[in-house]
Amino acid sequence: MNYYKATTAAVAFCSAGAVSAAELEVTHWWTSGGEAAAVSEFAKAFDATGNTWVDGAIAGSGGTARPIIVSRIIGGDPMHATQLNHGRQAEELIEAGLMLDLTDVAEAEGWTDLVNPTSLLDSCTVDGKIYCAPVNIHSWQWIWLSHQAYSDAGVAVPSNWDEFVASAKALEDAGKIPLAMGQQAWQSSGAFGVINVAVGGPDLWNKINVEKDAEAAAGPEMAKVFEAAAAARAMAANSKVQDWNQATNLVITGQAGGQVMGDWAQGEFQVAGQVAGQDYTCLPGLGVNEIISTGGDAFYFPKQDDPEIEAAQKELAKLLLSPEVQVNFNLKKGSLPVRGDIDLSSANDCMKKGLEILAAGNILQSGDQVLSADTSGQIEDLMVEFWNDSSYSAADAQAKYAEIIAEAD
Amino acid sequence: MAVTDGAQEVSRRTISKRPNRLFKNMTAKIATIPMIFTALVVFIGCTVWTIYHSFTKSKLLPAPEKWVGLDQYERLWSTRRWLVSIENLAIYGICSLVLSLVIGFTLAALLDRKIRGEGIFRTIFLYPFALSFIVTGLVWQWILNPQFGIQGVVQRWGWESFTFDPLNNANIVIYGILIAGIWQGSGFIMVILLAGLRGIDEDIWKASRVEGIPAWKTYIFIIIPMMRPIFVTALVLIAAGIIKVYDLVVAQTSGGPGISSEVPAKYVIEKMFQSQNLGQGFAASTMMLLSVLVVLIPWAYLEFGGKRRD
Repeated sequence: MNYYKATTAAVAFCSAGAVSAAELEVTHWWTSGGEAAAVSEFAKAFDATGNTWVDGAIAGSGGTARPIIVSRIIGGDPMHATQLNHGRQAEELIEAGLMLDLTDVAEAEGWTDLVNPTSLLDSCTVDGKIYCAPVNIHSWQWIWLSHQAYSDAGVAVPSNWDEFVASAKALEDAGKIPLAMGQQAWQSSGAFGVINVAVGGPDLWNKINVEKDAEAAAGPEMAKVFEAAAAARAMAANSKVQDWNQATNLVITGQAGGQVMGDWAQGEFQVAGQVAGQDYTCLPGLGVNEIISTGGDAFYFPKQDDPEIEAAQKELAKLLLSPEVQVNFNLKKGSLPVRGDIDLSSANDCMKKGLEILAAGNILQSGDQVLSADTSGQIEDLMVEFWNDSSYSAADAQAKYAEIIAEAD
Repeated sequence: MAVTDGAQEVSRRTISKRPNRLFKNMTAKIATIPMIFTALVVFIGCTVWTIYHSFTKSKLLPAPEKWVGLDQYERLWSTRRWLVSIENLAIYGICSLVLSLVIGFTLAALLDRKIRGEGIFRTIFLYPFALSFIVTGLVWQWILNPQFGIQGVVQRWGWESFTFDPLNNANIVIYGILIAGIWQGSGFIMVILLAGLRGIDEDIWKASRVEGIPAWKTYIFIIIPMMRPIFVTALVLIAAGIIKVYDLVVAQTSGGPGISSEVPAKYVIEKMFQSQNLGQGFAASTMMLLSVLVVLIPWAYLEFGGKRRD
């Protein structure tokens, strides 16, 4: 009898949970301090509409969270909304019909006119239909320089990559690490991409990554990029840290001259109480080609049977791109907004530099948008080996790289 | 077999009314159905499914229609990371097999000499086995850390030039992982071998003492050959642990520096779930299955084949 009662109670409880349709479970991997503060802006705004945001944060990086998210969607237990990097990560899920079509929301809200750059929305589009809501732009193309390290070494803070390379000797003599690098694969691969754009120029990058031109990847221009990366490898030889924020900390404390890292690094400088221009300098495009890639995060809405939930999903999609939410979220996250028509006057200097470049249209697509997860994985494997094994010659690495590009899909 | 037997039984039953053998011991047979089902579907069915899909170009979702033949295997064997993984597994495997057995047997033999406080020592040696590989890996990551671990301590004692930094040296990093693996596993092997030693008849020892044979000779020439089945069991347990080594590497080095401490299991997981390339992951896991069979078949032959022991 007790057992029967318990079962009934449990069933009643579960169905009660399902009835309140406006409760949306949202998964994401924003768990660090600044990120959590940013995502709570979304939650606040969504709760204000009378719906409920059920937070499903997954600790760990995207590499940990993505497989969990994907297996839940495939396994028939989809969440109501989830963060992913827009681009090709969800391609197959969309093709399998597992994602909600947001085209009507996008048309009603005029996303096609608002979202800047338009490539963000293109990455959400499959067969003319829009399946995700981009929320921010993060760019990789930055180098962060420590003023303290350069004044200790008695040289001026470099204003571009060539000066940075030239000053490496002076830093080493002063007992500093010229270039701080974490040893994880994604960092090796990311830093290489930045050097690629700076040294080889955006046209070469587009030819290889967008058009998958293996000849260009094996060509003499790319050879220069690999030489530059090999030189950078020598400068980073003494940087024996794993995580990116440990490497950033070397720059903050003046033990290292600089770090090539995406714009999320500036959160670390902010937390350490440092001021751009006084304590550290940020150079977009390594000071050579002032250009940023426009990868970032987007929200996808796995298909549900319940029409009420679907309505709430569309409500949330609409909200994520509304001007007020975009400002509040991106200021906390340190990323750039996806709309060109909003005012971010309270942003710091580095963010403003990014906004200017964005407004001028000097943009690239991100690796996530143009390469499949498989190809990115192969490049990461190659790069992490190349950056950590000084006997791996630039020419050998380039040959392997060209092979990967030739087979890329 | 069962079908023809059943048919004969049915025809015979009309005469003798003997119960059908198929229905004999019904409860036991019904009780084993779930296990038979599990074995067929989970072990054999899923294995066949995996092997089949390793010949396809499956990406994020399984795609049985995209047949590509041996392409995934060709790519696998031309990937440096996979080759490094195999080499690491070979080094780790051979060293861990030999060292676990030698250390495990030595400890077991020492405990078997009826020393005082055997229970305490046994607990101390077995205790690491109670820790997961993740915890073991993190503990040894700290012990081998150049600033805080062994190297740092010895340098602070005054031996300034002492260097012992295996986890940051690509050439010897796999030995850094090996140390942790041995520390974790040899206590367990010791317990198994100790049980085997305790199973040896006291009279053997009495006889060898009467003959004046030294203890070490008794161990090597009499006791060890008698413990063959126990050694085979220990061997299989160690081998299984070697092939599946993954979490230890993730906790200690996550494959670094570079790709110098990668192992096959890690390749499988990352290709399947992070690179969204099921076909490649399946090809790699099929190769791992092959390596398990290479270990299992000789064992099965030793245990069940050859002369039957009835």
